[in-house]
Order: sequence, then C-alpha cells, then structure tokens
Amino acid sequence: MAPNKGYIRQAWLVLALAACFGGALAGVQASLSGRIAENRLSDTMSQVPALVSGAVRGEPDKSFGELTVYRALDASGRQVGWVLSARGQGFADVVQLLIGLDAEARTITGLYVLDQKETPGLGARIAETAWRGQFVGQSTAKPLEVVKSAPAAKGRIQAVTGATISSESVTGIVNAAVAHFRQVLAAAGEKQANG
Amino acid sequence: MANGLPSTLKRFTNGILPENPVFRQILGICPTLAVTNSMDAAMTMVVAVAFVLICSNIVTSLIRNLLKPHLRILVFTLTIAAFVTIADRLLAAYVYEMSKKLGPYVPLIIVNCIIIARCEVCASRQRVVASVADALGQTVGFGLALAAIASVREILGFGTWFGLPVMPSIWPSWVIMILPPGAFLTLGLLMGGANWIGRAWRARAAAPRPAGA
Repeated sequence: MAPNKGYIRQAWLVLALAACFGGALAGVQASLSGRIAENRLSDTMSQVPALVSGAVRGEPDKSFGELTVYRALDASGRQVGWVLSARGQGFADVVQLLIGLDAEARTITGLYVLDQKETPGLGARIAETAWRGQFVGQSTAKPLEVVKSAPAAKGRIQAVTGATISSESVTGIVNAAVAHFRQVLAAAGEKQANG
Repeated sequence: MANGLPSTLKRFTNGILPENPVFRQILGICPTLAVTNSMDAAMTMVVAVAFVLICSNIVTSLIRNLLKPHLRILVFTLTIAAFVTIADRLLAAYVYEMSKKLGPYVPLIIVNCIIIARCEVCASRQRVVASVADALGQTVGFGLALAAIASVREILGFGTWFGLPVMPSIWPSWVIMILPPGAFLTLGLLMGGANWIGRAWRARAAAPRPAGA
C-alpha cells in the first residue's frame, strides 16, 4: 500500500485539475455545441440560393442515410433542386463541398467550397467563383475530367495552374458524390414506382 | 522582489521589447509564420493566445505552491490544453468565419512555446498580479510582432490592410508574400531590424555621456 499512497500524494493535483478541466470543457461544449452546429447549418443554408437557381431556402432531407442532402425549395415551397454536402481529401486537408443539382439531378447548378485548407494563392483558388463556375451546367451523366489547357468540350474542367492535385480532388469529390446520390435517388424512385 | 525575480512592472515591460517573444525569444514561430498573411487572422490569433496565456498564468500562479517539480510540465500542459479547447469552441461559436480561416492553428496554440515558457519562467514562481502583468506584456509583444509581419505581408501580397485596399490598383500583388516563403522572408528581415535597433539603443545607453551635455 505504501507506494500507492505515494503516488496519490504526488499526483492528486494532476487528478484534481483533470477532473476540474474535464467538467469545465463538458460545460463549454454543452453550452456552445448547439450554436456551433447552427453556424455550420446557416453557412450551408446561406449558399442554397446561389447553388440552385430559383431556390430561396434549403431543408435537410434525412432519407438518404449517410449522405447529407438538402432539398432546395423556391418561395412557394416547391422543390427546384438538391444540394449535396460532400467531403474528401484535398492536397493539404479535407475539402468540404456543397454541390447544387437540378430537381432531376441531371445537371450541376452550382458548387461551393464550405471548408478547405489548401495552399493560399494556389490550391485555395478552388474556392474562387471563376474556377467553381466551370462546374455550373455540366451534365451529371458522365464523370467530369480534369485537363490542363482550356477545355475544348463539355465535361472537362481546367485545373488551377500550379494546383492540379487540389483541382483533381474537388472534381473527384464531385464525381463520387453525384454518382452516389444519383444511384440512391434512382433506387428510391424505383421503390416508389413499385410500391 | 526579494527572491531576485523581476518586479510586476518589469515583467510587463520586458515582454514588449527586451524579451519580445517573437523577435528576442524566437518562440511561437508556428503561428507567426502560418497566420500572418492577413491582419484580421493575425489579430484573432493574438486574442486567442492572450486568452490562453492570461488564464494559464493565473491558474499556474494560484497553484504554484502545490506543484511537484517533476509533474509541473504535465500540469502546465493540462491547463493550457483546457483553455485552448475553450478558446477554439468560443471562436467556432461566435466568429465562425474566422474559426474556419484559422483552421488547425487554434488547436495548435497548445504547443505554442510562449505559453508554457511563461508558466515555467514566471507564473510558477510569482504572485498572480506579477503573472498577469507578465502575460499582458508578452501578449503585447506577440501582438506587435504579428501585426508588423502581417502588415508587411498583407500590404505587399494582397494590396490591402485588414481587408481594405491601401495600394494603388495597379499594384501587382506579390503572391510570394502570401505564401510560406513570404513569411520566412518577412520574419527574418524584421527580426534582423529589431535586433539591429535594439543593439544600437544598448550601445547608446552604454556609451559615456559627453562632458557638458
């Protein structure tokens, strides 16, 4: 018992502080987590009108399992498109995107970079309107391709100069998310038709 | 003080220039290099560091007589980590945009050596008042250093200051100043300049006064 007693005498301050700080952090988390989640959601929602033309607000749709999907609604509450939240590895860290689609998920209507930590001035330019604009109007039937010179045809995205990896990451995330969503949507549509 | 440690006032003034954390102690260089490409990001970092530094110094100073020598670093780290997490959550809740911009650099304040150095050098040995003065002095020093570096980088790199345009529109923004090399160049030049000025001051102070002056 003697050595144990010694340990407690030595470490009681560490244990007490750990308990105090743990309690304080739990309190902070409990009081702020709602607000933080709200910030994330409002950042997403504020982008919906820019992502889907005619939309004024978004509404979370929980029926897609692990996919985070929002229905884009117009002023009268009619659905005019979809917004997908997708993430994947970029050059530096995880890139989080919002992808706008039309109501049938046939065309990409917008792209927004929700979170990225790519190289400022190079990879971070994926967040610029001019680059993101290339995705608008692209068909979702075929995966998009990244090219290094001005694209000659639809279905191609010109990489940001000096940031091919970031450009390919974003395009890959978009392709994967859109393909997955279309699959789920088609399956749901079939189920509805049969049922 | 009786034990030969600097007084409260000395603790405060030391942090600003004589023991400037960035230019003299060369501590906290990770945030100094990483978040100084714009003034607003740099100043948010300074506020976060100030919060953590002041709180950690107060707690450490309050428990200084209970510290066991071989467990003190563990206690410092525990204290700092708790306050950094609080600062991170507060930023995410109240200045979400800035929290997104600073990304991983807020959690990384835990390993900012300025804070653990102040716990070790000052707060674990002196009263709360002196520890707070020390934290404030170091914060002012850190803030001045980051403001100097961020001003140079943002003005040359973006042509703006706090996001407001300050350069003529024909200014070709120097992209290198925004990128990591710009951080190293600016830090090196400013550190050299700060030390050169400091040396000149000390030389003047040491020089004998001319007779009759």
